[in-house]
Amino acid sequence: MNNKKIRVLIAKPGLDGHERGARIIAYGLRDAGFEVIYTGLRQSPEQIVSAALQEDVDVIGLSILSGAHLSLTQKVVDQLKSKKAEDILLIVGGVIPEQDVASLKEMGVAGVFTAGSAVSQVAGFISESVAC
Amino acid sequence: MQASWETLLDGVKKGNERSLARIITLVENRENGWKDAMKRLYPLGGKAKIIGVTGSPGAGKSTLTNSIARELVSRGRTVGIIAVDPSSPFSGGALLGDRLRMRDAVNLPEIFIRSMATRGALGGLCQGARDVSRILDAFGKDVILIETVGVGQDEVEVVKTADLVMVVCVPGQGDGIQALKAGIMEIADLYVVNKADREGAHEVAADIGGMLDIASEGSGPRPPILKTSAINYQGVRELVDVLVHGFDAGKNRADWRALRIKEEILSLMESEILHYLQDKWDRTGDLDKAIHQILKQQTDPYSAADSLLPLMREAFGIKETT
Repeated sequence: MNNKKIRVLIAKPGLDGHERGARIIAYGLRDAGFEVIYTGLRQSPEQIVSAALQEDVDVIGLSILSGAHLSLTQKVVDQLKSKKAEDILLIVGGVIPEQDVASLKEMGVAGVFTAGSAVSQVAGFISESVAC
Repeated sequence: MQASWETLLDGVKKGNERSLARIITLVENRENGWKDAMKRLYPLGGKAKIIGVTGSPGAGKSTLTNSIARELVSRGRTVGIIAVDPSSPFSGGALLGDRLRMRDAVNLPEIFIRSMATRGALGGLCQGARDVSRILDAFGKDVILIETVGVGQDEVEVVKTADLVMVVCVPGQGDGIQALKAGIMEIADLYVVNKADREGAHEVAADIGGMLDIASEGSGPRPPILKTSAINYQGVRELVDVLVHGFDAGKNRADWRALRIKEEILSLMESEILHYLQDKWDRTGDLDKAIHQILKQQTDPYSAADSLLPLMREAFGIKETT
């Protein structure tokens, strides 16, 4: 009698205040059957990783529209490493220029979803990546 | 893959937060071995005080929980928070957003926050929350706050597992007591009128007082009613004073404790039996057959339940009685 659910943390690191995208993703993933923990705006990488560990999530989704995606994501990756939590799947969404996608993936980001991505794409990617 | 239960239990004993978080997940998911793990954790706990926080949506429960936790930490206590939100009955998913309002609690290392979805499991949520609070207790948290929306039977059951139940009201929601009709009134040890900086707070407090006077005539002192403005930390110190005092006065609830244990054993049995039978019926297809027949108006749910009884007797080796 196992009722496993995929748990996803949706967080916005840094200082941009554009929350709409993160919310749409959060609602959409809920409707796809995931348990979504939404932590809101202006979270530091430390706060994000600490929340992810307490909530024992399978996935962290970062929404970044400030242009600082490279440095913010690197900080989250570093935090995850220092907490030995690299097993958590990291995905990034927002305004990400095409040429930065490769750099993000090199850092260890599993999936990058730029503006215009459908929620179903994100949900599908998570379902496939997280073995249930 | 997953670290073994043994390693995780060891981690919990040593105060490792990641082990704690993982063990909560495994128990919540009812992974094989969860009950054995709970058996091992049970004797480690029993020291924590458990506070249930409930009230209508938007009453400020998360903000209040945050301020209470902050105040408790400043008094040298460690705190666990279980924030329960409903699962969607359609998708099974949930949006858990209580951390948003816990701006201090998320930054204090003495506080561990866990968001929990109701998951709509048969008799599940109540036991699930009870399990999580027990794990936090075994981990060594001094106070555990269980926060849940005060609508629906499940949520009421959840707060009933607490040592102390706090009902949060706010001005501007009808006569303020509308939300409390569904059996919550009887289980509250304490009322908080939050957002007390707003107009009408005094009236809400007076309303509740009046209602309690009618309800509790002759049955001892009525529960206290406090006013807070959680977002400004106003009234929170006084509230925590009352809570801490309530911990010590909790002795008079020994009969309650016995009742709760009884309920817990029964609910564990219930879900065990239900899962067992459901599994069996799923495999034989008898349950599906019965549903189909009812849909085609060939039989009714009562007859179907009766016709499934022999299977159950067989399963448990019970001889047919009258």
